[in-house]
Amino acid sequence: MNKVRTLEEVLEWIEDGCALMYGGFGGIGTPPALVDGILKKGVKDLTLIGNDTGFPWIGIGRLVTEGRARKAITSHIGSNPNAGRQMEEGTLAVEFHPQGTLAEKIRAGGVGLGGILVDVGVGTMLEEGKGKVEIDGRTYLIEPALTADVAIVHASQADPFGNLVYDKSGRNFNPLVAMAGRLTIAEADEIVPLGSLDPERIVTPGIFVDAVIPGKGVNWIWAWEKQAATGSRNAPHGN
Amino acid sequence: MGMGEASRDRIAERAARELKDGMVVNLGIGIPTRVADFIPSGVRVVFHAENGILGAGPSPVPGEEDPFLCNAGGFPVTLAEGASYCDSAIAFAMIRRGCIDMTVLGALEVSQRGDLANWIVPGKRAAGIGGAMELAQKAKKVVAVMNHVNRDGEPKIRKRCALPLTARECVDLIITDMAVIAVTPEGLELREIMSPYTLEEVVSRTDAELRIPEPERIVYLP
Repeated sequence: MNKVRTLEEVLEWIEDGCALMYGGFGGIGTPPALVDGILKKGVKDLTLIGNDTGFPWIGIGRLVTEGRARKAITSHIGSNPNAGRQMEEGTLAVEFHPQGTLAEKIRAGGVGLGGILVDVGVGTMLEEGKGKVEIDGRTYLIEPALTADVAIVHASQADPFGNLVYDKSGRNFNPLVAMAGRLTIAEADEIVPLGSLDPERIVTPGIFVDAVIPGKGVNWIWAWEKQAATGSRNAPHGN
Repeated sequence: MGMGEASRDRIAERAARELKDGMVVNLGIGIPTRVADFIPSGVRVVFHAENGILGAGPSPVPGEEDPFLCNAGGFPVTLAEGASYCDSAIAFAMIRRGCIDMTVLGALEVSQRGDLANWIVPGKRAAGIGGAMELAQKAKKVVAVMNHVNRDGEPKIRKRCALPLTARECVDLIITDMAVIAVTPEGLELREIMSPYTLEEVVSRTDAELRIPEPERIVYLP
């Protein structure tokens, strides 16, 4: 089975108004060629589902900056002022979830569950309007699973079956997102022959992946590179 | 927060003294990030990053950054010995099931019961929640760091938080530019006062009762 496709072929799956789930954390691990292709195709009215809205010029943030999204289901938009501005102007609806809850909602969608029970956010405004259930005397919120029409992920390596290996902290939401798309597209920096990936190292089994396209690396300047170039005060140290 | 660099570093340095050898620690963004610069000698801790690194190391030397090895703030890090990667669900599993020994988080307000408000000011643009709720609610020890008063000079330590909460009754220790205050079952307990502030100043700029069980044992930090 060969799932290797061209960017043009997979872009036909991504249409106006679709729910698009994406891997990445601050743009790290968001597939650049796919974001570029979606931009160039002119896809609009997207519902974006992912950890954050990147930076204005990095990752999924590029789609937000260009006004291609009408809704974001996410945990953080702080690094992309365009998202905040659009939220204030009313052109972007933003649904915030705690990061770990968002990860598990996506995972639940990917593993065929209806949702999760979680006590994070109990006793805060996050519980408003949500179902609750009590187990062994503890209150949990009912958080429905999340799926999407299309999921896009970044891998360092993929084989033609769609087995994926990620790149260090670029893994982040990618393995969860890869399972939760009705169609999942993986952009890989390297596509290797079937049988050449060590089965012990494969993180996402190819069964969840519908297409693999070749990547060409990132086409943006990272936030820390920009900060170094502009001579801003010391970058955050350590973790 | 309109706070000077020296003041921010002093808070970070004081927070770093809460680190104990062998702890697994998650540092928030801002002043908390600086805590890593002040780890006491002889103390080794494991840094957890919620984007999926257990065992993050210091910043790389310039020129050796790896864009795919970054912390949750998006800045390059290195790996400590014994480090591992995981996806974000596993990274939050570690937090949610109580494996994180200590977290340091920025704060907008802390109540006398240890309620934390640090994610949203109604009517103002919200950045989002990120991992703050999980960390505040689930870390074994929560250290809140902040300026003692807000830009309008109003106390940020209050009987009750006016802002929407991040988590209830979660903060164990408050470190500000003026004082170190522990949240105990009996209420807030003043432990240390930062120079040049006086006991009267700390009390008058705190909108909650401060217990001072043994006034003679208050430490005045230089």
